[in-house]
Amino acid sequence: MIELDRVGRSFTVGRRRAKKTVHAVRDLSFRVEAGEFVGYLGPNGAGKSTTIKMLTGILAPTSGSIRVAGLDPTRRRTVLARRIGVVFGQRTTLWWDLPLRDSFELIRHLYKVDQKDFRRRLTELTELLGLAGFLGTPVRQLSLGQRMRGDVTAALLHDPAVLVLDEPTIGLDVVSKAAMRDFLLRLNAERGTTVLLTTHDLGDIEKLCRRVMLIDHGSLAFDGTLDDLRATAPGEASMEDVVARLYSA
Amino acid sequence: MRTYLLLAWTWLRASAQYPGPLIMMMLGSFAVNALDVAAILVIFEHTGSLGGFGLAEVMFLYGTSGLSFALADMLFGNVDRLSQHIRSGSFDTMLIRPASAFTQMAVDRFSVHRFGRTAQAAVVLALALPQLGLAWSRVWMIPLMVLCGIVIFASVFTLGGAMQFLLTNAPEVANAFTYGGSTLTQYPLSVYGSELVKGVTFVVPLAFVNWQPALFVLDREDPFGLPYWLRFASPPAAVALAAVAALAWRAGIRRYRSTGS
Repeated sequence: MIELDRVGRSFTVGRRRAKKTVHAVRDLSFRVEAGEFVGYLGPNGAGKSTTIKMLTGILAPTSGSIRVAGLDPTRRRTVLARRIGVVFGQRTTLWWDLPLRDSFELIRHLYKVDQKDFRRRLTELTELLGLAGFLGTPVRQLSLGQRMRGDVTAALLHDPAVLVLDEPTIGLDVVSKAAMRDFLLRLNAERGTTVLLTTHDLGDIEKLCRRVMLIDHGSLAFDGTLDDLRATAPGEASMEDVVARLYSA
Repeated sequence: MRTYLLLAWTWLRASAQYPGPLIMMMLGSFAVNALDVAAILVIFEHTGSLGGFGLAEVMFLYGTSGLSFALADMLFGNVDRLSQHIRSGSFDTMLIRPASAFTQMAVDRFSVHRFGRTAQAAVVLALALPQLGLAWSRVWMIPLMVLCGIVIFASVFTLGGAMQFLLTNAPEVANAFTYGGSTLTQYPLSVYGSELVKGVTFVVPLAFVNWQPALFVLDREDPFGLPYWLRFASPPAAVALAAVAALAWRAGIRRYRSTGS
């Protein structure tokens, strides 16, 4: 479903004499099969967001090749957009001044979702994510937790095969976080949606992901199951310590 | 196109939540631009002609340039706000939608207050036209020149936007050509030096917004003695500039670097 082959992305920073090249991602290869639930971990600046942006067609890679749902994200960006859902925890993709319901209606038009499918999915998501109380509220007046549920709904209305989440639980309280995790698990189990999620919250990883990939300095430092991850540092008691060791290695 | 109308309608509804400021902004933009006309009238208080052109002729040039610019600005002017969207990260969210980023940029925050300037330019043109006593054999050029003007200004806006993929801190450079170009073409080019006029004829084709076709409509000699056929060259000039702008935009998207996080 997602395939990266020796992907690199570099940026030139600074001007003239102080110019230098930063390799945000280098020689990165991995595959994610349909139906997998993968956690993508890494310290700040490791290349997580850069990877996500390349998968979704926002950034073009400087080397290597990428296939998502069988498409080259950079060349077929708008076609790919119909097959994937993207959620940025740090910013909303909804329209600030519009009530949630109108944002969804607009998305229906943009993604050319059939009216009947749209109704059915919206009813389902409204129930699962508990949106009923604020469908008529403009996005700018929503709380962070409500907004995030709105964003996740917006990313799923067109029933994508792949859902990419960039820090979806950032800033959420314990209850909202638990509800979000339950929802994502159900989505993956019942609809078979492939999920790739970045996070700094190891609780997300432990509760959700069967497979963990850890990126550091732009390349994969670990790729395996949760148990494999624990086994890398047998002496450490908590997941935090295991991951901290990998980050500092 | 469909996406544009859909989003425009959405923004209009969103902005209709605050009708008061909307009407004020529309009136404001009408009034501010009406001051331009006052300035021209003041000039004609002291002199019978400007660069060899009479009051009605200058109003005609002002009206056509103003109408083209106002419509281009209304439909595409937002494209030169690209650097704001890049910095705030909202350009990323446009790129994950199944629609062209250019369309989404152009229509972003579409609002009726942008009609104010269009209305003002249309009024000036409507006042100027009856006084010119134009022959029907020459009037056909007017809609064509306004259309070409829209395409030229829209292309300049797009070029300005495309430039911001590289220089996220320099929207002002683009403004020199968009707003500068609008001001430049409001007057007969004969008030400027011949080097400048050659520049806006052959380099940045602003002379084709209204000056060259207006020479045909008004049946005037070219004060700079440029070839007669240039008066009909607006459509190819507009198409050529639009092609350059489209290529620049595509190249810009490919080099887009996004921001951290």
